[in-house]
Amino acid sequence: MAALLGRKNSADSARERLRLVLIHDRTDLTPAELDVLKDDLIATISRHVDIDPLAVEIRIAQEGRAQRLVADIPLRAGAGRRHK
Amino acid sequence: MAATVVTVSSGKGGVGKTTTVANIAVALAAQGKTVVCIDSDIGLRNLDVVLGLENRIVYDLVDVVEGRCRLRQAMIRDKRLETLFLIPAAQTRDKSAVSPSDMVRLCDELRPDVDWVLIDSPAGIERGFRNAIAPADKVLVVTNPEISAVRDADRVIGLLEAEGKGPASLIINRVNPALVRRGDMLAVEDVLDLLAIELIGVVPEDENVLIASNKGQPLALDGKSKAGLAFQNIARRLLGEQVPFLEMESTGFLQKLLGRK
Repeated sequence: MAALLGRKNSADSARERLRLVLIHDRTDLTPAELDVLKDDLIATISRHVDIDPLAVEIRIAQEGRAQRLVADIPLRAGAGRRHK
Repeated sequence: MAATVVTVSSGKGGVGKTTTVANIAVALAAQGKTVVCIDSDIGLRNLDVVLGLENRIVYDLVDVVEGRCRLRQAMIRDKRLETLFLIPAAQTRDKSAVSPSDMVRLCDELRPDVDWVLIDSPAGIERGFRNAIAPADKVLVVTNPEISAVRDADRVIGLLEAEGKGPASLIINRVNPALVRRGDMLAVEDVLDLLAIELIGVVPEDENVLIASNKGQPLALDGKSKAGLAFQNIARRLLGEQVPFLEMESTGFLQKLLGRK
């Protein structure tokens, strides 16, 4: 009903806000801290292989009550090892 | 007999812990079980008034712990159900008057003689909460389909896991099917998805809860109201029965629940 009128349900907002708040509560990791972690990860991996920093995705996935840090780091085409 | 000690907790206040304890206790006692409720909310006692036993208090939990009376003397027998007892909280003391090991000792003394010990936990995650969960074999976490209550429930569930008291079971109280249908209240499956623990009860919002506490006669004494029936169902699930969840007027949550499994 509300969806037909183009209004976002308040329950949808509650669900989405809670999802983000619970990730933070459970991991004690703020979005800003996650960004720092991402930068460190990119710097470290870039020393070994050629990657596109903008394509790196890092997020916290939920499996039941367990949290998992998931990083998706695409390698650049023909990325070889940087150092022998 | 060897009692099961069940603690009802929530984190946030005002979500219905005391109502839940009173109603599950009444429902278990109505099935002939011997039940002792302990109000561990020292300084803010309320289980006595919800059960309608406030005029019969002589001794309380702190009197037992400090040795001013025997355990039996602090157990108030219910007027209606002769296998239901209440150990009230002290009103003029604070949480530090009792320790987690006091609670364990007290419950161990009760265990051989009763079927169920139900502990009403205070709100919060401090000393009173630690006292309440220390002797628990099982913890029921009560929440409402409301953002702050769910968040606090998640915190409590996490603390219980860390204390080796998990996994807790969830009671979602005060569900308003009309609001859920309109998209203005979190649905049962939303809360379950977020908290990811076992569901043991869904209680609809029901004005009869207020009327019952006005009178000091818990709803589950008769199963005519929806909330009363929901609480009776929780008691039956505690006793190991498979009881289907109440259908909440076409919110469709049951179908979705069954679809999830």
